[in-house]
Amino acid sequence: MEPWEEEEGPEVVKRFMYVNRRAPYGTIYALECLEVVLIAAAFDQDVSVVFVDDGVYQLKKDQDTTGIGMKNFSKTYRALDDYDVEKIYVEKESLEKRGLAAADLIIPVEVVTAHNLREIMAQQDVVISS
Amino acid sequence: MKFGILVNEGPFTHQASDSAYRFAVAAIEKGHQVARVFFYNDGVYNSNRLSEPQSDDRNLVALWSELAKANGIDLVVCIAAALRRGIKEEVLQDGFRISGLGQLVEAGIENDRLVVFGD
Repeated sequence: MEPWEEEEGPEVVKRFMYVNRRAPYGTIYALECLEVVLIAAAFDQDVSVVFVDDGVYQLKKDQDTTGIGMKNFSKTYRALDDYDVEKIYVEKESLEKRGLAAADLIIPVEVVTAHNLREIMAQQDVVISS
Repeated sequence: MKFGILVNEGPFTHQASDSAYRFAVAAIEKGHQVARVFFYNDGVYNSNRLSEPQSDDRNLVALWSELAKANGIDLVVCIAAALRRGIKEEVLQDGFRISGLGQLVEAGIENDRLVVFGD
């Protein structure tokens, strides 16, 4: 390939969805899922990230973990934008049940209803939930 | 059909690894291919050859290893998750290899289905 030619994209582009269902601390799932998403972003696939149930707490602003001695990794979610992960969905019902709104979250998200989320989920090739 | 499998739990506390193993065996029996099993979160403990379950119980570490050898399955343990939990080359069961998370994404891209077993 000549240097002035466009580099070819990947042969296969699949839709990957990462579903976060758990609170950020208490178990390691949230942190390790974020690590997967950041790696996955490098693969030129169609990546989306979902936060449902207690998973919505992962994006809560002003987290303070000093009392539990764990690393506060919430600011890392801000890097998703730098990695071109732009499809970030938060389930409306999960937010409301917990008295939260989009304004309480550390990054801009798309708030979707459970019904809409179900449709988006059905369009995916790979769904990895944790 | 070509399957990739993701195992997110260790071999004892949860049933996830048992279910994944049984799924793999059943798929192969039906003529499907299991190309890769990726071990993440506490799933990395499935590769620890120092595990010694009681002799009248199943030994998933050995079962995975045997299944992989007989069917050419690529058993991949996530390096970041493994290092956190003290899983290194020196304790790795035969048939497993340690590699990066990219191998999980690749399993999703290259196989017809990626089946996740977790909590």
